[in-house]
Formats: sequence, C-alpha cells, structure tokens
Amino acid sequence: MGQKIDPNLWSDGPEPHLMGGKLPSGEVVFPMPVGDAAEGVEPYKLSRRGKLWSWTSQGFLPKEPYEGPGSGPGEGPPDFQPFLLGYVELPGEVIVESRIVDARLEDLHLGMELEFCIVPFNMTHDTFAFRPVAAIESKAA
Amino acid sequence: MSENVYIIGAGIHPFGRTDGRSGREQGVHAVREALGDAGLEWPDIECAYGGSAAAGNADIMVNELGLTSLPFTNVANGCATGGSALAASQQAIASGMYDLALAVGFDKHPRGAFNAKPADYGLPEWYGQTGMMLTTQFFALKIQRYMQLHGISRTTLGRVAEKAFRNGTITPHAWRRSPVDLDTIMNAPMINDPLTKYMFCSPAEGAVALILASEKKMRELGADGVKIRAVSVKTRPPNSFEVFQAGISIEEGGKPTVLASKAAFEKAGVGPEDISVAQLQDTESGAEIMHMAENGFCKDGDQEEWLANGWTEIGGKLPVNTDGGCLACGEPVGASGLRQIYENVAQLRQRAGERQVPGKPRFGYSHVYGAPGLSGVAILERE
Repeated sequence: MGQKIDPNLWSDGPEPHLMGGKLPSGEVVFPMPVGDAAEGVEPYKLSRRGKLWSWTSQGFLPKEPYEGPGSGPGEGPPDFQPFLLGYVELPGEVIVESRIVDARLEDLHLGMELEFCIVPFNMTHDTFAFRPVAAIESKAA
Repeated sequence: MSENVYIIGAGIHPFGRTDGRSGREQGVHAVREALGDAGLEWPDIECAYGGSAAAGNADIMVNELGLTSLPFTNVANGCATGGSALAASQQAIASGMYDLALAVGFDKHPRGAFNAKPADYGLPEWYGQTGMMLTTQFFALKIQRYMQLHGISRTTLGRVAEKAFRNGTITPHAWRRSPVDLDTIMNAPMINDPLTKYMFCSPAEGAVALILASEKKMRELGADGVKIRAVSVKTRPPNSFEVFQAGISIEEGGKPTVLASKAAFEKAGVGPEDISVAQLQDTESGAEIMHMAENGFCKDGDQEEWLANGWTEIGGKLPVNTDGGCLACGEPVGASGLRQIYENVAQLRQRAGERQVPGKPRFGYSHVYGAPGLSGVAILERE
C-alpha cells in the first residue's frame, strides 16, 4: 500500500469509505469542504456501493498537475496508462467523480452496480476508484 | 428607458496559429480592422472593455493604438471574457454615458488541452493530481449520459464535426480550412470516449474587436449597424452539472445556458422560431448537440433527425456555426465569444461571402459556455 493521495479523502480500516460532508440542511456533498466552507459541515462516510451515472476514457497524458504514470522526470506519453473514469450515483447521497477499474469500456452502462475500492496510483500513492460488483464477485469465486 | 445599442464595426484577426505575433498584437489588428469597418479613427472611441484568458491585459493596447486617455477596463472573466466585455460596453452606451465603445477579446494558448489549477477553482489538489481536472472529460461525461438518455448516435457526433470542417473551408478567418470526411472523424484516435480527435476544438489564437454605438451616433455617421436586441450572461444555478465538479447533487438542477437563453429571448421579445442563424458553443461535437436543445431550438433527442436531414447546414432551416465554430476556428478563450458575434454581424449584414445564409436573415443568436458554469447569449437584429 502506498500513501493516500489525500489523507482525508477516505476513511481508514478494512472497509474504507469515501469521505463527504453533511450540510446543516441535510444535503450530502463531495468532497468534504475545507476552510470556512467547512463550518457546520459534518464529515460523512459515503456509501461503498453506487450506480454508474456516466463514464468516459482518458486516452491522452494530462498536463500538470497530473502526477500519474507518464508525468515523471524523463517520462512522457508512451509511459501513460489510459484509464476509465465516470460519475457514480450513491443512492440518496451524492454523485461522485471517480476512476473506474477492473472494467472494459464496452461493458460500461448506465445504472451498472459499482463498489468503492482503493487502487495504486503511482510509485508512491494510492487513490480511490469504483469497480463493477460483478468483477469483485468473480475474483472471490 | 435605456438607449438602443448597435454594432457598427467588426474586425477579426484570423484564428489558428500566428507565430511571432502576440495575442495582444492580434487584438490591435482586430481593433484597427473594426475601426476601418466603422469608418472611425481610434481617438473617436470613448471607452473600451477587453481582455484575454492567457495573453495579458488589454488596456496596454493604447501603446499601439494611441494615448487618447480613454477609460479602458480590463475584463478577466475566463470563458466569458468576450461576452462580459460585450455586455459592459453595451451597458456603457445603453446608460447614455457614451456614444462609442470598443469591446475586444484576444488570446494565445499553448498547444494541447487546457490545464487548470485546482486551487483556482476551489478544488482539492488530488482532483488535479489524479487526472480528473480536464475540461475534455466533462464534455465527454455530459454527452455520454445524454446519448444514453436521449438516443443520440455516434454518427450524429461525427456529422457535427464534418459540418464544422466543411464550413471552415469557406471561412477566411477559420483555422481548419480542409474538409474531413465522416469516416475519418469516426475512426480517429479516441480522446475521451465517445469523442474522437476531430470532435474536439483545440486551444488556439485569435482576436475580435467590435465597435458599439448609440442610435444617434450611428445615424450621424451613416454607419451600417446591427442592433443588439438582448445580451444575457448567467452563472450556474443550484444543483447544476458543470465542468470541474468532483461531486454533483442527486437533485437535478437548472442549467446556466437555459437561464441565459430564456432571459435573452424574453428581453428580445422573440422566440427560437424567429432566429435565422445561430452560433452555439461547440467545444466538442456533443456540446453543439446539447446546446441546440438547451437554447430552445429543438427537443432533447430531436438532434438525431436534425443532423441526419442537414437542418443545421448553411441553407438548412437553422444554420448553426456557419464559420465552423470552435471546431474549425479553434478556441482562443478570450476571443471565442466575440467571434460568434462577429460572424452574426457578417451574416446579418449579408457580407459573409461563400458562407452567407440565404434569404435576408433578421435575427442572429449566439451562445458561449465555459468554466465554472456560465453562459452568455446575445441576440442581434438586422432592422
């Protein structure tokens, strides 16, 4: 396990949760606000399960401040690893933007069941992602 | 009661890449062309508003244009820089304070996708570090969902790009002047699924200047003016889905484009059916499709039929992006919104050459959209 890309982004423990915030109005937001905007906002453990709301692929090396493969000194586009990302609707809470792992682009569809996970991001850090529930079950089998 | 405001001069520096000429120098070129078009000299201009997103301040253009002591306000409003410069100069004249004003926008961006700093948008660093802070992803994510919900095909995305490049071939100020066929567009490398390389605009360079006048001044000069019927700039309402959002509300919110469009139509006292020609924000193919509906020109999903039948072509029932839009002209952020106005002024004056829409167009509509969720709409009229 690498370091967390942000120490407060998800909870620790065997079943980590992405951290959102609960506003005084009851509305759940992501990410947890910081600074003055955090006043009155309770840290809130978001659901580990959600449904795919939209998706895309990232096919080219992003510029700064991207810190993933291909961004290091002496690295370039050939070192970049394309990835999938999307929005995941956490029922009754909020729709969060996330990497999508353990899935092929052609298999993604609206409403697909996904589960939260932590994945390696670069040589030093981990980040969060969602993966198809079916992928988890087939791995367990 | 506010004064009527007219655009009596329009100038442009060709979009694309001009090595060796700064963004601001391109702006000066556009101002001189606009002055020539209006039959004016620089000392005639009473106030000016302008700016760029990445090419410096506009006000020091006075070094080249002349030290006439006019008030020159820098506008730094991201993607709405041009639209806000237009709105400010329109208000300066509508208020009765001035009779002649300049709105100018220019830019010069490095090659490749825009990169933004999370802190500038109130976002945590991880959002940029992990590769989620890309405008191209937002547009792909928005059109992907829209296609699923409203039955838009990938071919329709391709047709939008094909039309843009076709219109670019007959537009002197466009960057991309060669046609690209549908197969090439569809089979090009995927940037962010479902959008291929040819379905995205590229950051570019260019400049546009407009001279605005009161009705009295226009008549005095005998100038060829186009009336500004309405200008509306709106930022995002609650629960909307915009570029650079790590979280979206589960409650479906409003859209800044819908708000700006409705306000502009209301102010102008006309409806979508009255518009003869439209310039809609086409950062990528999907944006033009969604913006057709958000601006009230068709229902969600009807774009499939519109594009298949060529209804947005020059000569169609509503020509859209007659100069090839951002797809063919590229995106110099500070100048893009004013390019749309420039194009509508050319169309309404019937001076658009090979790309002129047929008949006598009366109302021209323009719509710009950008980060962090704002839209500007202008409706012009040929009286």
